Amino acid sequence: MSPTEIVVAPNDGSYLIDGYELVCGLEVHVELATATKLFSASANRFGDEPNTHIDPVTLGLPGALPVLNRHAVELAMRIGLALNCTVQPSTFHRKNYFYPDMPKAYQISQYDQPINIDGWLELPGGKRIGVERAHLEEDTGKSTHIGGTGGRIHGSDYSLIDFNRAGVPLVEIVGRPDIATPDEAKQYVTELRQILVAVGASDAKMEEGSMRCDANVSVRKPGAPLGTRCEIKNVNSVRSLGRAIEYEARRQIALIEAGESIRQETRHWDETDGRTHTLRTKEDADDYRYFLEPDLVPLAPDADWIEAVRAALPMLPRERRSRLSRATGAAADAEAVMVVVERGQDDYVLAVAEAGADATRALVHVKEAYAEQGPRPSVPAADLARMIVMETGGKLTSTQAKTVLAELVANGGGDAEAIAKSNGFEAMDTSALEAIVDEAIAAQPDAWAKYCSGEEKAMGALVGAIMKASKGKADGKAVTALLQSKRG
Amino acid sequence: MSATPTTTSSGASSGNTPTTAFEIAAAVRAGSVKAIEVLEAHLARIAERESDIHAFNLVTADAARESARRIDGMVAAGRDPGALAGVPIALKDNMCTRGVPTTCSSRILEGWKPPYDATVVSRLAELGAVSVGKTNLDEFAMGSSTENSAFGVTLNPRDISRVAGGSSGGSAAAVAAAFAPVSLGSDTGGSIRQPAALCGVVGVKPTYGTVSRYGLVAFASSLDQIGPFSADVRDSALILESISGHDPMDSTSIPQGPLDLLSVLDHGVKGMRIGRITDMPEGADPDVLERLEAAFDALRAAGATIVDVELPSLKYGLTAYYLIAPAEASSNLARYDGVRYGRRVDAVDTNSMYMATRAAGFGDEVKRRIMLGTYALSAGYYDAYYGKALKVRRLISDDFARAYATADVLLTPTSPIPAFKVGEKADDPLAMYLCDVYTIPTNLAGHPAMSVPFGTSRDGLPIGVQVMASTLGEQPMFKAAAALERHMNDAGGMS
Amino acid sequence: MPDPSSERISAAAVAKVARLARLDVGDDEIARMTVQLAGMLEHFADIDALDLSDVEPMTQPYPLRNVFREDVVKPSLDRDEVLANAPVAEDGRFRVPPIIGLDG
Ligand SMILES: [Mg+2]
Ligand SMILES: [Zn+2]
Repeated sequence: MSPTEIVVAPNDGSYLIDGYELVCGLEVHVELATATKLFSASANRFGDEPNTHIDPVTLGLPGALPVLNRHAVELAMRIGLALNCTVQPSTFHRKNYFYPDMPKAYQISQYDQPINIDGWLELPGGKRIGVERAHLEEDTGKSTHIGGTGGRIHGSDYSLIDFNRAGVPLVEIVGRPDIATPDEAKQYVTELRQILVAVGASDAKMEEGSMRCDANVSVRKPGAPLGTRCEIKNVNSVRSLGRAIEYEARRQIALIEAGESIRQETRHWDETDGRTHTLRTKEDADDYRYFLEPDLVPLAPDADWIEAVRAALPMLPRERRSRLSRATGAAADAEAVMVVVERGQDDYVLAVAEAGADATRALVHVKEAYAEQGPRPSVPAADLARMIVMETGGKLTSTQAKTVLAELVANGGGDAEAIAKSNGFEAMDTSALEAIVDEAIAAQPDAWAKYCSGEEKAMGALVGAIMKASKGKADGKAVTALLQSKRG
Repeated sequence: MSATPTTTSSGASSGNTPTTAFEIAAAVRAGSVKAIEVLEAHLARIAERESDIHAFNLVTADAARESARRIDGMVAAGRDPGALAGVPIALKDNMCTRGVPTTCSSRILEGWKPPYDATVVSRLAELGAVSVGKTNLDEFAMGSSTENSAFGVTLNPRDISRVAGGSSGGSAAAVAAAFAPVSLGSDTGGSIRQPAALCGVVGVKPTYGTVSRYGLVAFASSLDQIGPFSADVRDSALILESISGHDPMDSTSIPQGPLDLLSVLDHGVKGMRIGRITDMPEGADPDVLERLEAAFDALRAAGATIVDVELPSLKYGLTAYYLIAPAEASSNLARYDGVRYGRRVDAVDTNSMYMATRAAGFGDEVKRRIMLGTYALSAGYYDAYYGKALKVRRLISDDFARAYATADVLLTPTSPIPAFKVGEKADDPLAMYLCDVYTIPTNLAGHPAMSVPFGTSRDGLPIGVQVMASTLGEQPMFKAAAALERHMNDAGGMS
Repeated sequence: MPDPSSERISAAAVAKVARLARLDVGDDEIARMTVQLAGMLEHFADIDALDLSDVEPMTQPYPLRNVFREDVVKPSLDRDEVLANAPVAEDGRFRVPPIIGLDG
């Protein structure tokens, strides 16, 4: 650690000091869900015995030559189109550097002509974050550090290299520095993840490393030129991303406030102490000697291919949310809408509504009761619809509805009326209810008088008594309606 | 295919023992000669002279005997072993052979046994050819004399005080010494044609993309091509037909079938336009220029027209080449890092291990080119060197396109000088680079070119004439080469 | 030792290039290489005067595009055969000395 290193106490509650703004851009690497590697035919598989998915290309053996995986290109195009990018003719370069997990001592990557450029991602609240590019490149192998303390590179005795991951196709999505808060960063990654999963490009699991996120962070006074940025690496969850950006912003502000300048460097997020640490400074940055990869030829998807990929794209999360919002009246970024779309249960909610139920009730019930269910819940949409019709028709109270729904979920569906009956949830007819209401009014004349004089709160005591007398069978809405009509 | 040759090589067949690949394959397929007999005759010559020549890094006699017997077994069983049945072939030691050491004549790959075969190697095997061993080369094919081998110099069978040329010196010498009727080399800036000229054999660099590079250890990827050596033009046509054609493992492989060459060899050159480069780079030996003139005369006499062409950018070829090839090489050779294969010099950390391994594993010329190439690509110098060289490459290619609008083939010397003495240029890299001045431009353009033996110098050293053609112009090129060869045969080796 | 630097390339640049290329070369080798590289670059100065402003760089000889393979798995190489070629292997993996000084 250098002498100018400032250590900020993690998380003192206020992430930005007044008078500064955060400027953040994210670079996200995702592993593509192909069967084989980007340039060779060995399997793209995670978690197997080391060095069991290797071939001459993967190992950088002398004489081996890369051949581009068509499906990887298609997945990259799906990502680009889903992020509103332009798909353009592109080329591959060699990025030359030595590292033991980089078999050829160069990475084949797209450089000045990436396949996707100039797109954007819209956060649920409507803000657009620019996407500069989304390009294809190959992954490295994996080093395991042996000896020393706890598998860390520093102080290890030696390292072991597994090349199963080497050559796995990646798309690197380079976002523009449009992110202004740690929360926006978290939303961006969450939204991006959903898009990647939706288009079938990747399983995008940050915890497993199939989605990796680096954050470029700088701070400035509003209107001032951009500050010096630091790149934060090793962020392994959405939560850590927010924490790391927040920490880094506060560290930079503290440096500026202390009259120091910020050094452009790559920093490492340490989950255990909740801080970022210097990994390397810009001064010793490598000279990558990029040049066009002579073993590959240009990639130029024709318009027909691009349009076919575009046409085959599934509906994206943003569109799904607005569709659900229109159907239910809930806001597009309402929690229930976000959650249900993320679970992929929005089609189901719409099917329940289609079967005759109130869409808003369907949304609420699915959000509350379907957390353990996937995009295709086990309860037939018609069964849930029948239950909701009973509920909105006053035949079930909301409490009873929950009980019935729990049974429907537990049994994977069923006849809501039969379940209600077996629970003794008999529908109370209007005359019986009216009798109970009249009794309650007679028993609490003071409360009735207050209620009649416009004191709405007084209704509570009456409703409580009515519910008690009906043994919970009375429908709250119907009770309120009766009381109101009697007040005149 | 006829078993009777229409043309014969300098080492003409005696009696009924076939000597050319064409004759051998025909005789073995017909059952009139056994592959094992053919092989033993070649192994005997190797045993006799290899210690003087050092064409090979490794002779795989046992494996060769096994393949020859297998081929004989197939013939006996009435099955056809293929178009190259029983043909002994020597492979430059930069082509991967599964389980057989492939060194590139470098300490850094000493002992490495590839776990896979190069595409050319498997194609040859499928056609019944019998690999006799791996031939010596300048380390990683960088050189023009095979003096840069880590395993000793290959000497010229025509005069063992002289070099065989390079970098495919071992493959050229193997054919010149009749250790094998045919061999494969690789040509990045003249590495097939120049040693062919110096050793008095035929050597062909085909159009870039016609022969798969899969399994050829890369020197400069956008320039490297595999091609044959042989004693006569027909054998080169036969081998090139056998190894050319699309390979899905090589993205730069042209998607078309094998070249069709044998069928055009007897077509003659009547009506063909033979280009003479009026602004050809200077400095060739007078004997070499004299033989070139004789070649023009021979083709004119055979009915061709000689036309003048200008290629003003040709003189920049050497510069473009010696920036582009080292730049690609610096990247291609970065993988020799002591991690996965080959030599390692141990050290306290990985970076020191890299530095020590590469310093000990590479020879001087390889280091020189890695340095030059790294510099040409490095930040601040890319535009002035590598970037500029790529533009010069375009100029040269455009010049050729204009020339081929008026000429079907061009004729130049292959090498500016005949075989030189061992050690004569060893300490002057630039003088060595100048050996490639006539061969380099074709590699930059990606065109085919071949060297045909066309007489000797006053000192009796072989001289080759280079026939160049445009992209996929192998047919006119072979027609002209065959005509030159016929002229020499008709003149009884004199002219 | 006289400074071998020339107008074309300095000894310091040669030393930097050697580090980039991971070649451990001593001072006298740097000096020798500087002289040789300078000589070559001098020779290659013939293209300096060319006006190449509107010339397209040529990177490949034959104009192909869109060359693909289908996404179909082929068997892996045999790990034992591959590791038999490794300078040092352990536990099914390639062993290297501690990885330090490589981040830059
Ligand atoms: Mg990046
Ligand atoms: Zn990347």
